[in-house]
Amino acid sequence: MSAGVVQVAGEVIANRRVGAYHHLTLVAPGVAELAHPGQFVALAVGGPTSANLLRRCFSIHKVKPSGTYGGTVDVVVAAHGPGTQWLTGLSAHDAVDVVGPLGRPFPLPAEPVACVLVGGGYGSAPLFWLAEALRERGCHVEMVLGAASEDRLFGVVEARRSADGVTVTTDDGSAGRRGWVSDVLGDVVDRTSAGVVYACGPMGMLRSVTDVARAHGAVAQVAVEESMACGVGVCMTCVMPVTGNDGVTRMVRSCVEGPVFRGDRVRWDAIEGGITRVPDDALGAPRPGGH
Amino acid sequence: MADMTTVLAGVELPNPVMTASGCAANGQELHRFFPVSELGAFVTKTVMKDPRSGRATPRMAETASGMLNSIGLQGPGIDVFCEKDLPWLAEQGARVLVSVAGNTAEEFGEVVQRLVASPAWSCVVGVEANISCPNVANRGLVFACDPVSSERVVQIVRTRVPDGVPVFAKLTPDVTDIVAIADAALRAGADGLTMINTLLGIVIDTDLLRPQLAGTTGGLSGPAVRPVAVRAIWQVVSAMRAGTVPTAPVIGVGGVRTGKDALELVAAGACAVQVGTATFNDPHAPRRVLTELEAEVTRHGVTRFADLVGIAHERMVTL
Repeated sequence: MSAGVVQVAGEVIANRRVGAYHHLTLVAPGVAELAHPGQFVALAVGGPTSANLLRRCFSIHKVKPSGTYGGTVDVVVAAHGPGTQWLTGLSAHDAVDVVGPLGRPFPLPAEPVACVLVGGGYGSAPLFWLAEALRERGCHVEMVLGAASEDRLFGVVEARRSADGVTVTTDDGSAGRRGWVSDVLGDVVDRTSAGVVYACGPMGMLRSVTDVARAHGAVAQVAVEESMACGVGVCMTCVMPVTGNDGVTRMVRSCVEGPVFRGDRVRWDAIEGGITRVPDDALGAPRPGGH
Repeated sequence: MADMTTVLAGVELPNPVMTASGCAANGQELHRFFPVSELGAFVTKTVMKDPRSGRATPRMAETASGMLNSIGLQGPGIDVFCEKDLPWLAEQGARVLVSVAGNTAEEFGEVVQRLVASPAWSCVVGVEANISCPNVANRGLVFACDPVSSERVVQIVRTRVPDGVPVFAKLTPDVTDIVAIADAALRAGADGLTMINTLLGIVIDTDLLRPQLAGTTGGLSGPAVRPVAVRAIWQVVSAMRAGTVPTAPVIGVGGVRTGKDALELVAAGACAVQVGTATFNDPHAPRRVLTELEAEVTRHGVTRFADLVGIAHERMVTL
C-alpha cells in the first residue's frame, strides 16, 4: 500500500461557477507533489463540529505543486446534498480539511498508443490532466465529452487544448451531437485505432464504454464514482464486485483498489438500479438465507 | 505528564485509547496517518471462520451526526487474518484486541482456536467476542439479545483463550435490560465488557421512496449515539458498584469524536475508550483523541487517568 497520502488543513483560494458545477481551487500543501491523474481527495464538510461526518470524495481535476500559495489541488463539485452545498458555498480563505491523494491512478501505456478519454458530466474533471500526461508520452489523445445538456458538460474548451480531437454529445442536443457518448465512441476508437479508452462518469456510462471498447478492440480503464464514507480504506462501504487476475470475483474497495478498474473486470451484471449485488460466485458470497 | 496507563483484567496498556472494530480495518490504512503502536490497543475488524463478501451496496447512509452501515462483517476469514493481518500488526509493535464472531457458538470457538495457534498470537492483549453485530440476515444470530445465547458463546470463547488473556463481550444496547445481558456474559466467564455496538436503524431514500440501504436495516453509529453508550456504561457500572453484577473492566465505545467525548464514557465507568465512526471523518481521530484525553486528565488536576474512571458515580446529585 502506498504511503503517499497526507491530511492537511486546506484553504480555498478560488470558487467559481462553471455551468452546473463549481470549480474549487484549494491550497493543500503536500497533496500535489504526490498526486497522479485518476487519484482523488476526500474532503471533510461542515467544519470541525459538523453533523455531516462522512467525507466527500472528488477526483483531482488538476494540481500545481508550488504556486504562489503553495501546492494547490482543483476539484469540480456538483451541489447535490448538504455536504456538496457546503463546499460550493465556500469563499476564498475558508478552511477545508483535505486527505489525499487517494486511490490508484490511471495506468499509463508503456507504448505511445492512441487513447480515447470519455467523460460523462463532471466526470471529465480528471481527464485533462490525464490527456497531458499521455501526450507527453507521445500518445494521440482524443476526448469524448457527454452530458444530459450543455450546462452539464465540463471542460469542453479545456478539452480542445488538452486533446488532439474532441467530440461532444448531449442527450437533448443542446451541444454537439444528440445522443450518448457510447453512440460515437466506436467510430472514434476505429478512426484513431485507439488501444485504450479511459472513462469517468456514472456507472451506466462506464458499462457501455466498456462494451464499446471491447467491441472495437480497445481496453477500457474506468474510474468509478462509488459513494464512500472515509475514502482511506477503513469503512468498507465503497466495495464493488471485481474479478482479479486469478479469475475470482471479490468485493473490493473502490477507494484503495480503485477508483480505476479495467472495465472488463467489473461485474456489471451485478450492478443495476442503484443496487450492487454480491454475485453468487464471489468469494465469501452469502449462502441461501443471506448474511 | 499524566499517567495514562490503564489495566484491563490484569493486562496493562500504556493508554486507554483504541480503535473500534470495523472502523479501522486491520491497521495498514491508518498506519499511513499515525503509528498504530501509539494506541493503547488496536481493535481489529471482526474476523469470522471463512472469507465473507459482506452485503450488497449501498451499505451506508449518512444520518444527523452519525451514519447507518450494513457492511455485513466482510472479511478474509481467520486463516488469512492469521497469515497476513496479525503478523503485520505484531511487526508494528501494536497491542491487539482481536474481534471475533461466528454464525454459531461453536464457530466462535473454532475462530478462537485458530487465532490462538497463530505465530503472531503474542501481540494479542485480548479477545473481543462480537456477539452484537446487527448486520446479519437472521436477527436471531445477535447472540447478545439473549442471556442464554450470550452465555454459550462467552463460555466457549473463554475456554479456548489461554489464561492471562482477557475476553471481552461486546454488547448491544438494543435490548430491554442490558444489565441482565452483562451479568450473563460476566457469569459465563467474560473478563470484561465492551459497550456499545451499533443500534439497528432504517433510512428511507425520499427520492426513490425505498430503504436507502440495500440490506434495508443497518447499525447506527457516530456522535448521535454517544448518550446511549454513556447510559449503557452507567447502568452496568452502577450495578457493579451496587454488587448485583460481578465487577469487571468496561471498554466504552459509541460516538467518541473528541477527548471530552471520551471523558464522558470514562467518567461513567469505562477504563478504556474506542474511537469508531469519527475515524471516517478524521483518519487521525484515535490518535488525536488520546492527546485530547491526556489534556482533559491534566485539566481536571489529577495525575492518573485511572482516577477519573467512574468518577461521575461519586458526584451524582441524589435528590
